[in-house]
Amino acid sequence: MSNSAGSAEHPVLTGSGALLKSLEYLGITDVFGLPGGAIMPFYDELMSQTAIRHILVRHEQGAGHAAEGYALASGQVGVCIATSGPGATNLVTAIADAYMDSIPMIAITGQVFSHLMGTDAFQEVDIVGVTMPITKHSFLVTKPEDVPATIAAAYQLATTGRPGPVLVDITKDCQINSAPFIWPPKVDLPGYRPITKAHGKQITAAAQLISESSKPVFYVGGGSVRANAQTELATLVEAVGAPVVTTLTARGILPDSHPQNLGMPGMHGTVPAVLALQESDLIIALGARFDDRVTGKVSEFAPNAKVIHVDIDPAEIGKIREADVPIVGDVREVILDLLPVWADVKRATAPDLTDWWARLNTLRETYPLGFDTPDDGLLSPQAIIAKIGEMTGPEGIFAAGVGQHQMWSAQYIKYERPGAWLNSGGAGTMGFSVPAAMGAKVAQPDRTVWSIDGDGCFQMTNQELATCMINGINIKVAVINNSSLGMVRQWQTLFFDGRHSFTDLQPLPGPEFIPDFVKLGEAYGMLAIRVRTEEEIEPAIKLALETNDRPVLIDFIVSKDAMVWPMVPQGVGNSNVQYAREHAPVWDGE
Amino acid sequence: MSQHVLSLLVEDKPGLLTRVAGLFARRGFNIHSLAVGTTEVPGLSRITVVVDVEGAPLEQVTKQLNKLINVLKIVELEPEQSVQREHMLVKVRVDAGTRSQILEAVNLFRARVVDVAPDSLVIEVTGDSQKIEALLRVLEPFGIKEIAQSGLLAMGRGSKSISERIYKN
Repeated sequence: MSNSAGSAEHPVLTGSGALLKSLEYLGITDVFGLPGGAIMPFYDELMSQTAIRHILVRHEQGAGHAAEGYALASGQVGVCIATSGPGATNLVTAIADAYMDSIPMIAITGQVFSHLMGTDAFQEVDIVGVTMPITKHSFLVTKPEDVPATIAAAYQLATTGRPGPVLVDITKDCQINSAPFIWPPKVDLPGYRPITKAHGKQITAAAQLISESSKPVFYVGGGSVRANAQTELATLVEAVGAPVVTTLTARGILPDSHPQNLGMPGMHGTVPAVLALQESDLIIALGARFDDRVTGKVSEFAPNAKVIHVDIDPAEIGKIREADVPIVGDVREVILDLLPVWADVKRATAPDLTDWWARLNTLRETYPLGFDTPDDGLLSPQAIIAKIGEMTGPEGIFAAGVGQHQMWSAQYIKYERPGAWLNSGGAGTMGFSVPAAMGAKVAQPDRTVWSIDGDGCFQMTNQELATCMINGINIKVAVINNSSLGMVRQWQTLFFDGRHSFTDLQPLPGPEFIPDFVKLGEAYGMLAIRVRTEEEIEPAIKLALETNDRPVLIDFIVSKDAMVWPMVPQGVGNSNVQYAREHAPVWDGE
Repeated sequence: MSQHVLSLLVEDKPGLLTRVAGLFARRGFNIHSLAVGTTEVPGLSRITVVVDVEGAPLEQVTKQLNKLINVLKIVELEPEQSVQREHMLVKVRVDAGTRSQILEAVNLFRARVVDVAPDSLVIEVTGDSQKIEALLRVLEPFGIKEIAQSGLLAMGRGSKSISERIYKN
């Protein structure tokens, strides 16, 4: 117990009380969690206040993904809470996911009493140690007087620079003991100085390089979304006139309806987007990290391109691909600095992009996104997903799991704004969709929020539908049900001689479904609909959109033979993009 | 093999060494040697690390290290512009016939005998890596029973100190 007496200005609070006040003063209004022994003092405080809404999840992983969905939909930090030991380890997948996609998140975990730490006490896990490689930073707090500064530091780290998850582990004695609560606390992070403002010389060099190029392309990644750069980005790309590709985590940062947007690059990117990067003579990378799913075989990636690489994280620059003009800075600020310089340079030498656009427009006309109707008489998943997007409109939010349905959702829904598309990009976490959609709906209650999920993913985290039902979080779930682990099955079809090893989740089609998702939805109290025929698609989506008094589930029974195209097989160069099976586009790849 | 000496000024926080060592392991960077100790500034420690940079360029190593919140500063110490020393204790087998030869080597290398037993000596030596290796080569034929060696310590030559700039900020 601290001996210091409190005052009106600095009231004495328990560590739990200090934690709660700190979160409140930082503007946190919603948290997701599940109590247990080592976090009970905090939960006791949580019960007797109204400033912060706590949503009780059914599994801590759900709390983690909900915090991510909340952050992605709103741009605000997401907060999840768990107890020590297994409660904390259940957060690990979501923390890793947030780390890979640079999502601002604070994970708060209870820890056993200080005097028991290191003794293999009940529910003791060294969660600070476990999460070191997957957090931006992690803290252990044992004294109540350290709580405010630690929470403020966690908030600063999670939300500034390159955002990411920060874990705060708080011992039970720290939660119980008291100290004067001092706010604002002194946050001391001498080793943390993110650079947001770029060097002027580099900005000039970038403008110069753009003016000298004849085949430039903007390669726009998730960092542009984190930087809130949508307005500035549109101004820049229009001023330069070059084509734009938006990566999986950046879909919507430039509207899909924008004439310069060629769509998503990478393994399942559009042919024009893949080849625009591949054939370019200048890549302007804005908050993108040259992920292997974008570059394909790195040594063959965009062989004739120079690179301007803008990123807030200096370690991303030159990590995969050498940059000719490296620019460390916040994407939005860099664009604001670049715009006037470019205007000057352009007046002297504007690049002529006529031939480049002629080539790209030919690719666009020849290789639009498309799909075949399956032979087995079952529904096309692509058509369903496109219809959901079309009927919901650009103001909706769409959260996907991982796999085929994720790629089709990235391809066939038209995104017109950032924050409309939520998915697990870097980590590829199955089970992301339902809890992320839940978190998004809490952050943006007035928006229509869809969880577009595969039947494999759905069975990993659907317990959160109880959370949705009980708390009036009325999301809509579209299960794209092909009764298999579809993306793995696709790879088996293409690269393992069609040997479908353990990817069938059940025989298809019915009559029996294991489990029956409609009955499952009904068990949760949701409106649950099964769709098997084309005629049923529109009415089911319409009913789902009109039902806003409870969560809705639609079980779409689709063909398991549908595949994601185009595709660049793993480990080869992007010139090997296949438009459809054994159908490579014609290109002048000399 | 391409080796570089990095001096890291770090906040003396629990788990700091785990963070640094873990980063090297998971990014596939190789540590040749590591030495950790306190500094003239309370609360700050100094890590001297010798890195093998076959796989990853040094720039990527330092950028990743710089992302650790508790790392304040990283300086590469070039051999010409710095003093570099290692410290070693070595236990050698001796008998009446070899004792004088070994003592001669100890004097030649300006090392010191710090423990004497009828059949062994413990020798303490300080110097750069080449000197330590040379002494070991000389002692090897007599029978080396045990070695305890520190990581490399290094410091820039001249009046500047690594912690200066941090505290002017």
